[in-house]
Amino acid sequence: MVSILPDSPKYQLKLPSSSSNLALIRDFVTKVALQIGFDGDEAGKIELAVDEACTNVIKHAYGDNSEKQIDIVLQVKRNELIITVSDTGKGFDPSGVQVPDLNKSIKSGKRGGLGICLIKTLMDQVDFQIKPGSKNQVKMTKKLNSSSN
Amino acid sequence: MISEGDAAMYKGGFMQGFEVKNSEKEDISVLGLKGYLDAHTVPDLENAFQNLVDNNKYKIVVNFEKLSYISSAGLGVFMGFIEDIRQKGGDIKLTNMQPKIFRVFDLLGFPTLYDILEEEKMAVEMFTSA
Repeated sequence: MVSILPDSPKYQLKLPSSSSNLALIRDFVTKVALQIGFDGDEAGKIELAVDEACTNVIKHAYGDNSEKQIDIVLQVKRNELIITVSDTGKGFDPSGVQVPDLNKSIKSGKRGGLGICLIKTLMDQVDFQIKPGSKNQVKMTKKLNSSSN
Repeated sequence: MISEGDAAMYKGGFMQGFEVKNSEKEDISVLGLKGYLDAHTVPDLENAFQNLVDNNKYKIVVNFEKLSYISSAGLGVFMGFIEDIRQKGGDIKLTNMQPKIFRVFDLLGFPTLYDILEEEKMAVEMFTSA
């Protein structure tokens, strides 16, 4: 049986860009995902994808400046959960992010690129809108009943 | 009302929930992880690894039994130390992962490059029989 989620109001969290807030962000996102009808396994994937997107903002876009703010919005539309994570920091070229070759990364001591790779694997669709210093946004979509990942 | 124990976890930030405990089994070091490992708590694990390397401890088992969450920041630690440790004749072996934790390692291709075992004793035996 395929259940249909009704469109929802926006659930929004705006808070200082600090890694100490990651647990709070995960708690918020997981509870919203469960409340609107995702099961625990799917909610866990959404939780991790949002953590990765926010970690990128905290570490790279804002360079650990907790005076800046992250804006997270969740909304159900047409049986999909759409999550946007927005910042006004340094942007990046999403086309330049490639799936890391783990073996090469280990040999060279590099650690980057894993987060974007995970987000793309865990979510059904990921779109980037990058306007450095103005507004950068990652939009992640998860369909209800998508159990391919 | 939340309990004093819960209140302590929230103090200074939302749930300071990560611990790493080091125990020694002859020349093998076992790191037991507990709680959640993300970009905020990952320095504690970095420090634990750095301490082992500084003390020439290169046979390392990491037991994930009590770890409930990991993000790619946590996986980065294992990537950062493994080459140096293997060059010194050691290894990092990973054990007792919950399915949710294993999935993250699996999605990023770690099982082809790291020994991931069901039980801590299996990893210890691999070191002692090598």
